[in-house]
Amino acid sequence: MHSQPHRVFSSARFAAISGNTFIGLTRLKIFYVLLLFALLLIGSSVFMARMTFQQEFQVLKDVALGAMSLFTSLLAVLATARLLPQDAEDRTIYTILAKPVSRFEYLAGKLSGVLTLLAVSLIAMSALFFVVLFLREQSVLSETARQMSGAPAEIQAEAVRAVRTAGFNSNLFSAIAVIYLKGCVLAAVTLLVSTFASTTIFTTITMAFVYFIGHLQSIAREYWLQTNSAGWLTKTFLAVVALLFPDLQIFNLIDDAVAGTAIPLTLLLKTIGLGAFYIVFYLVVSLALFFRKEL
Amino acid sequence: MTRIAGAIVALLLFGAVRWPIERHLTDTHRALGLRTLDFNLGLREQLGQLGFIAALSGFRSVVADALFIEAHVAWERTEWGRVLLLFRQTTTLQPRAVLFWEMAAWHMAWNASTAAMNDPRQPQLALRVKTAREYYDLGKDFLERGIRNNPERPELYEALGRLYRDKYEDHERAADCFARGAALPGARAYLKRFAAYELARAPGREQEAYRQLRALYDVGEAERTPALLRHLKELENKLAMPAQNRAP
Repeated sequence: MHSQPHRVFSSARFAAISGNTFIGLTRLKIFYVLLLFALLLIGSSVFMARMTFQQEFQVLKDVALGAMSLFTSLLAVLATARLLPQDAEDRTIYTILAKPVSRFEYLAGKLSGVLTLLAVSLIAMSALFFVVLFLREQSVLSETARQMSGAPAEIQAEAVRAVRTAGFNSNLFSAIAVIYLKGCVLAAVTLLVSTFASTTIFTTITMAFVYFIGHLQSIAREYWLQTNSAGWLTKTFLAVVALLFPDLQIFNLIDDAVAGTAIPLTLLLKTIGLGAFYIVFYLVVSLALFFRKEL
Repeated sequence: MTRIAGAIVALLLFGAVRWPIERHLTDTHRALGLRTLDFNLGLREQLGQLGFIAALSGFRSVVADALFIEAHVAWERTEWGRVLLLFRQTTTLQPRAVLFWEMAAWHMAWNASTAAMNDPRQPQLALRVKTAREYYDLGKDFLERGIRNNPERPELYEALGRLYRDKYEDHERAADCFARGAALPGARAYLKRFAAYELARAPGREQEAYRQLRALYDVGEAERTPALLRHLKELENKLAMPAQNRAP
């Protein structure tokens, strides 16, 4: 009988682990609860503020993108935090690793499953958001056309342009891409923490700290690099914070995207590049920790 | 334990590799006018603990919206002091949202000033006028700060022009604001005309105003609005222009 030589990395094994992780996560009630909350919040944002159309669109976009960011981050942490402890509890990890599956394939597959889940849920949230925005925009446009029916063509065109500017713009895609990237980075860091954590709750609490410190990291970095009057202890502490934690403010472009500030493609690509760099590094360190872990 | 120590060392080394990249991206954000918010004690005092934490966690725009809606409620209750405080917080959190600057200025210079002028609790007209002018100044301050934060947005120049025109009746400054707005990309087509109309009302600038109005008239039918024709005729009479030099 002919047998194929064992490969260190098999895309089929990786895809199987990734697919199973994704299916496993979609069976969890927490996924549906989070997704439902997010969808409800995005859907209801249209009723939140009935002011002028500019104010309404501003609030709608802020609330929807805020909800997407919050729920994607929460999902990234909660879904990843339970992966390894759950597999250990169910004993599936022993069954998988007893087979010719490398620990790298296992970890990368698990992370890939979470990233797929994040992508699917973000697509669902984005779809609802765009539908809500489109419907409101169309309704405001027809309202504007009715109100301005007697006005000169120039004024009508200005009014329509104002509605379109306040409503949909391509920057929203950049904002959603960055929300996904932030979720991916958080998932990678959570995977790293869960390789040495003994419980899900420890990983989740640690990630809550990482989340807040990550948003402050840039301030610590600036003080570390620019402040000369601080003592060595303060500077050492700031340096450790700046070096140890990811800078999550880099991925915080939604506020500016909603405000109408253009996000250049080069900046978006650089941000994606840095995010990918983070994810690969955290995966490698996770593997280094997981490789020698006694199971 | 050795594994974790090794991981921490690796993370620190990774940090050393990535900080120049992060710094470069932060500088790029600042150069593009992104992340203009400065997290300091002043902001903490303005927002309160929860708002500050939310703003720090990447939900700055949501907090700004909540404060904006609160300001809207305060406006409905005509609590002008609270409206001012809430709009200061809102614009601090979202300095790139032009809408907030415009609304803040409108509430102060138009609504609060009118309320002050009609205040039945203040019998002295001089004091009512003084309060109303203070509200104009607050509106102007919002717009000027808005322009400093968004120098590329014509809407704020337009709003400042309207404030100078309608409240201060300073037509020269109004003309300057409209002209600066008109020069920016995305400006509304009527801003050029507005600048010329205001210049026509500014004493000593009639010749310049006439040149601008005539240039607009010569563009074609699209610019020959009733207001433009009226201003043009008024200036021709005021400047006693010979018939052959007048617009047909």
